[in-house]
Amino acid sequence: MLLSLAWRNIWRNKRRTLITAASVLFAVLFSSVMQSIQRGTWDHMVDNVVNYYYGYIQVQGKKFWDDRSIDEVIDRQTLLEQVPDRIKEDYPLVPRLESFALASGGNRTQGALMIGIDAAKEDQLTGLKGRISQGDYWESSPEGILVGEGLAQNFKIGVGDTLIFLSQGYHGVNAVGEYPVRGLIHFASPDLSKTMVYLHLTDAQQFYGTGDQVTSVVVGLKDKDEVSTLVNTLRSDLDTSQYAVKDWQQMMPELMQAKEMDTASANVILIILYIIISFGILGTILMMTKDRQYELGVLLSIGMRRMQLFGMMWMEVIMIGMLGVGLGFLISVPLVKYLSLHPFQMSGEYAQAYEKFGAEPIIPPAFDWGIFSWQVLFVFIITSLLALYPFWVIRKMRPVEAMRQ
Amino acid sequence: MKPVIVTKGITKTYQPDTIPVHALRGVDLTIKEGEFVAIVGPSGSGKTTLLNIIGGLDRPSEGYIEVGGKDISALSDNALIDFRRDNIGFVFQAYNLIPVLTALENVEFVMLLQKLPKDQRHKRALELLHAVGLDDKISKRPIELSGGQQQRVAVARALASKPAFVLADEPTANLDSVSTGQLLDIMANLNREEQMTFVFSTHDQRVIDRAHRIITLEDGKIISDQLGHG
Ligand SMILES: Nc1ncnc2c1ncn2[C@@H]1O[C@H](COP(=O)(O)OP(=O)(O)OP(=O)(O)O)[C@@H](O)[C@H]1O
Ligand SMILES: [Mg+2]
Repeated sequence: MLLSLAWRNIWRNKRRTLITAASVLFAVLFSSVMQSIQRGTWDHMVDNVVNYYYGYIQVQGKKFWDDRSIDEVIDRQTLLEQVPDRIKEDYPLVPRLESFALASGGNRTQGALMIGIDAAKEDQLTGLKGRISQGDYWESSPEGILVGEGLAQNFKIGVGDTLIFLSQGYHGVNAVGEYPVRGLIHFASPDLSKTMVYLHLTDAQQFYGTGDQVTSVVVGLKDKDEVSTLVNTLRSDLDTSQYAVKDWQQMMPELMQAKEMDTASANVILIILYIIISFGILGTILMMTKDRQYELGVLLSIGMRRMQLFGMMWMEVIMIGMLGVGLGFLISVPLVKYLSLHPFQMSGEYAQAYEKFGAEPIIPPAFDWGIFSWQVLFVFIITSLLALYPFWVIRKMRPVEAMRQ
Repeated sequence: MKPVIVTKGITKTYQPDTIPVHALRGVDLTIKEGEFVAIVGPSGSGKTTLLNIIGGLDRPSEGYIEVGGKDISALSDNALIDFRRDNIGFVFQAYNLIPVLTALENVEFVMLLQKLPKDQRHKRALELLHAVGLDDKISKRPIELSGGQQQRVAVARALASKPAFVLADEPTANLDSVSTGQLLDIMANLNREEQMTFVFSTHDQRVIDRAHRIITLEDGKIISDQLGHG
């Protein structure tokens, strides 16, 4: 009956209850939509970079990440011997040999990131084949290179034309090679599009003179949640004086930092929003307590304990808060669901910013129940804390004084 | 008959620090089971103050007070609240009832606080509402009832916990003469048939006329204590 009493009490002043619930509704709607968009956007961006290029985990030569030198190669066989069988069985291990080279054609020369890959495994990992916009994925002939559309445009070349590459090879040898362009690859990021060159791993090993060595091995996993356990296993099983195990966050520190800053500033906005809402709720609680002094005095007189009185008022406040949360969900859950299924396209400056990080310029809000349950928790905590005010009033209340009106 | 209320040398001084108001200046009083007592006296004479102290709603500045054989000045806050719930029925001047509850629920409420089982509560509440003549109003909210009907529900509620006595501070102050008569009939009936003790304050001569015992206060003191005509 206390519960039903509390429920009926909040409807004594319908307008006040509805306005308060509506303010909570607004906060919940705003923050869940905003957080979903934000989370989704960053996830999307990170996924793009991870899926198109880095992978979630790479094993590299100890100093390769910092030096970027072709001399920091590792022997694939030696590495594989140290990798536990379980990992070898469950996850594709995708080798790469990458370094910078000068590309030259006609009277133009520019830098390029030349990456030797295992064509089949690489496609399995990054879906590279699906991004071929012209030519083929070495199906018609095993020779030649795939280049970014941007790079082809710079050189004004197409499929069938050749490019000459120059670089410093293993231990200082001269690396020179001439390769026909086999196909063009589409990249969302203009930067990548202008620099990426893929060739067969064996061709790259020949070009750089490394023998059967690679600069990195990508561990092909699809589930982000497995990353940390896998990284830990690899770090304990591999000889860490020789190898470095990098996860995706370590491989893109700028992106991670940008994400953190963005999240932090969004959280500040949400906190301010909730502080404003809190004042509104507090106002309602003050009125609720003041309007009912006499009645609370009667209840105390006829034998309702202070804790029971407080429990009743606490429930009233929580009910109003949860009413707001519930109504907020009624709108925000379907809205976020819809937006996550129909992401909208960005344009202008924002689009450029996303492309800079290698992501497609779309906003796909993440649909995550975690975001919604967080709202419930947050509103519950806020209202619970604010509902301590009646406790304070009731604790000191004297029936005779409360009833003298 | 055994005494239900005993006070000795009760005083009450308001604002003892600034300009003290001596609301009660030594009240000795014994009220026995089954009495029907009116407390009368001019405005400001201390009637409400005395009833509040007897009812355990306020504490005296000095003096001894015993209710149902128990020294209530020694009780802790929660114990005093429970004591009121189980031993004293209150009828205030107005706005006694919980507005969101029906007449029946209002009467059941005290028994709910006493954690009585649902069917027992229900049965007793119906009986009490019958006793105050409101069988047809059990599912009405206070706002749908007249002032007199509300006071009758309040009397039913006051009796719900089977208290030792009922305290009523000017229960008829806001009622017309017909309602006043009805309420007094009900109270007198309950007093006669169930030996329920009633202590009420009033200014109304018609109410005073119904009392069995009339205690007159003036300036915080009992100046007369005599049998009534009721
Ligand atoms: N909380 C208080 N603070 C200060 N003085 C008070 C307080 N309550 C009552 N008094 C004073 O105590 C005296 C007795 O008041 P009380 O209310 O008991 O009188 P009463 O007989 O009930 O009067 P009425 O017939 O008008 O209801 C009055 O002088 C009143 O002003
Ligand atoms: Mg009075």
